[in-house]
Amino acid sequence: MTAAEPQPAAEQTAGGSPRGPRQPRVARPGPLAPPMDLQALIEDRATRILVCCGAGGVGKTTTSAALALAAAEAGRTVVVLTIDPARRLAQSLGLVELDNEPRQVHIPGDAGTGAEGELHAMMLDMKRTFDDVVAAHSTPERAQAILDNPFYQTLSSSFSGTQEYMAMEKLGQLRASDQWDLIIVDTPPSRSALDFLDAPNRMSRFLDGAMIRLLTAPSRTGLKIASAGFMFFSRIISKILGGQLLRDISAFVAALDTMFGGFRERATATYELLRRPGTWFVVVATPEPDALREASYFVDRLSSEGMPLAGLVLNRTHPPATTTLSATRAEGAAEEVADAGGPGAEIAAAALRVHAERMALAGREQHLADRFTSAHPEVAVRAVPATAGDVHDLDGLRVMGEQLTGPDGDTPTGTPRTRVLPARRS
Amino acid sequence: MRLHVVTGKGGTGKTTVAAALALALAADGGQVLLVETEGRQGIAQLFDTPPLPYEERRVAVVRGGGEVKALAIDVEEALLDYLDMFYNLRRAGRALRKMGAIDFATAIAPGLRDVLITGKIKEAVTRRRDGRQVYDAVVVDAPPTGRITRFLGVTAEMSQLARSGPIKTQSDGVMAVLRSPQTEVHLVTLLEDMPVQETADAIAELTEAKLPIGSVIVNMATEPVLPEPALLRAAEGTLTGADLAPALAAAHLHGGEELADALAVEVTEHAQRWAAQDDLRDEVEDLGRPTVELPLLTGPMDVGSLFELAGRLEDHLRSEVAA
Repeated sequence: MTAAEPQPAAEQTAGGSPRGPRQPRVARPGPLAPPMDLQALIEDRATRILVCCGAGGVGKTTTSAALALAAAEAGRTVVVLTIDPARRLAQSLGLVELDNEPRQVHIPGDAGTGAEGELHAMMLDMKRTFDDVVAAHSTPERAQAILDNPFYQTLSSSFSGTQEYMAMEKLGQLRASDQWDLIIVDTPPSRSALDFLDAPNRMSRFLDGAMIRLLTAPSRTGLKIASAGFMFFSRIISKILGGQLLRDISAFVAALDTMFGGFRERATATYELLRRPGTWFVVVATPEPDALREASYFVDRLSSEGMPLAGLVLNRTHPPATTTLSATRAEGAAEEVADAGGPGAEIAAAALRVHAERMALAGREQHLADRFTSAHPEVAVRAVPATAGDVHDLDGLRVMGEQLTGPDGDTPTGTPRTRVLPARRS
Repeated sequence: MRLHVVTGKGGTGKTTVAAALALALAADGGQVLLVETEGRQGIAQLFDTPPLPYEERRVAVVRGGGEVKALAIDVEEALLDYLDMFYNLRRAGRALRKMGAIDFATAIAPGLRDVLITGKIKEAVTRRRDGRQVYDAVVVDAPPTGRITRFLGVTAEMSQLARSGPIKTQSDGVMAVLRSPQTEVHLVTLLEDMPVQETADAIAELTEAKLPIGSVIVNMATEPVLPEPALLRAAEGTLTGADLAPALAAAHLHGGEELADALAVEVTEHAQRWAAQDDLRDEVEDLGRPTVELPLLTGPMDVGSLFELAGRLEDHLRSEVAA
C-alpha cells in the first residue's frame, strides 16, 4: 500500500482537508525553517549548559554524546550527563562503572583538531545522588536516620519521578563545581519531555504543600488547629496505609524537616539555572507524528517559561539520494524496465521501486516537518539523516556530530538542507 | 489468558499494538477492555474518538458481537474510587484532595500512581456481574520497557513497606493476579539495536521479578524489494550505477549515469538496512519467546489499519492456543 505521492509533500501546505478527493493544488513552497547553527553555539564560550529533550526513543542520548564530542573537539571542556545510555554507547564512552562521577573519555588522537578540549562523561545514579543530597544537608546522625528509613529507601531507588528531580539536582551540582565550561544534559526517558521541567516544581510544591505542614506541625509548634486537621488526616491515612507505614513516613518527614529549606532553595535555584543566559535547550524528535507532537508541546512550554530554545534536531530522516525522479515516475519506470526485460532488468526495476518508496517516505517526513514549522515558524531545524545501524562508538558519534554541526549546505536551488527533500524541482 | 500487558521501548508503537490486540481478542464475541495508563489519550486518537473520560467507553465493535471498551485511568479519580470502594470514604477523599493530599501523595510517592493503576486493572480483570466475568480479556497499554518491571512490581514493594493493614491485603491481591498464569506481559520491539536490547533486558528483569512473559511482537517489519542475490550483493556494497544503467535505458529516463549512481546508493542503503534487520531477527528468535511480526503500514494509522494488524495477531493467538 505505497500511497504514491504525485508531488513531494513539500508542496502541500497545512490546511487542506485530510480526506476527500485530492484537489489539484497550486505549487506553493512550504514554510522554510531557519537553519540551526549548533557549531557556533558549542564554540561560544558563553554557552554553559545544553539540555537535550524529547520523547522517548528519538535519540536524545546519542545526540547529547555527539554534541559533547563535537564541543570537546572544538576546544571546550565538556561533561555530558547521560541518564540511561545504550550499553555499547556507554562502553564507548568508558562508562563501565556507574559511580555517579564524571570520568574523562579518551579521545583517540585526532591530529586535525589540535584544540585542547576535554570530554568527560557520566551516567546518573539517582539513589546515590539522592543520598548525597541528604548527606550534604544534615548532620551525620540525622542523615543516617533518613538513609535507614525504609520509606526513604523505596522513594530514592525505585519510585518513578525521582529520576527527573535527581537529574536536575546533578546538573546543579555539576554547574556549581565550575570544573567544566560546558555541561550537556540528556533527559530521563520519561513519558513526556515536560516531566523534566516539572520535577523541581513538583518538589517545591510538595515541600510547600499543606500536607507537609500538617505532618510536621505537631513536631514544630503543636498548633491546635493543625492538630485537628492532622488527627483527621492521620486517622484516614492509618486506616488506608496501616499504622506502621504512616510512622515511617512521619519519621522520614520529621528527619527531612531541617533540610527543607535547603531542598527548596536548591530546587528553585536549579530551575532558575535553566533560565539564565548561557543555557540552551535542544529539542530532539524523529519525523514521526507522536515525537513531533511531543516536541511541539515542549517548544510551547519553553517559550511560555521564557527558556531559550536552540532549535529542533529532526533525527533519523531518510533523504533520497536524488530527487529528480518522483515516486510516481519511478513506479512507472519500474514497470517499463520490467516489461522490457533483458539482463539486469529485474534489479533495475527493483532499484526504481526502492527509490519510489524512498521518495514517498521522504514526502511524508517532509510533510510532518512542514507541519511543525507551520506551527513554529521561528524554530530553527536541523535534519540528521538515519544511519544503517545504531551509533555505538566514537567514530559514529563523530559522524553524527558532523551532521549536527557541519555546514548546512544550501542546495543549488537555494533550499537549505533542513528540508528532508534537499531540492524541489518544478 | 485474560490480562495482556503490552510494553515496549518508546517509539515502537505499543499503543497501536495494544489496540490491535484488543480488537483481535474481541473477534468472535469477546468483551475486551483496553486500558490506557499514561494519560496520553493515544487510544482516543487511534480510534478517532474524543478524549476518553475516566469511564469505560465503547470504542469499537468487532464481528460476532465482540466489543472493545477503553478506559483512560485518571489517578486522582482512581484514588477516590479506591477510598470509596474499600472504606466508604468518598467524601473524606474529596476533603483530602482539597487539602492537597493527593498532590502530596503523588509527589512523595510517585509510585502510588502505579499502585492505583495496577489496582484498577486488577479490579477490572476480576470484576464479576451475575456470576460471570465482565471482561473476557483486559489489554493494558503499559509504561515503556524501561519502567515496566517497576510498574508491575511496585505493588510488591508497597506490600513490603506496609507489613500489615488493608493496603497489604490489597497489594497482595494485585500481585497474585499479575503473577498468575492468566497474565502475560508482551513486548513490542522494532528490528533496531536499542529496542531489541531493551526487550532482552526487560525479559531478564521480568523473569527475575517472577512476572509471566508472553510474546515478542516485532512491529513495523518490512519486506525487501530486491531479489535475494541482488540484495546480498548490494549489502556488500559492490553494486554500482553501471549495473543498473543499461536496463534503465528502457524507461528513457533523464539523468543518465548520475541517476543510476543515485539509485545504486539507495539500493545499497536499503540492502544494508535489511541485512541489519535480518541479524536482529535472529537475535529476537534467540530470546526464546513466541514471536509475531506486524508489517509496516504506510500512511496514518486509522481504525482500518488497526483491524489489519488485528488480523495478524488473531492468527498468532490461534497458533499460540494450538501450541
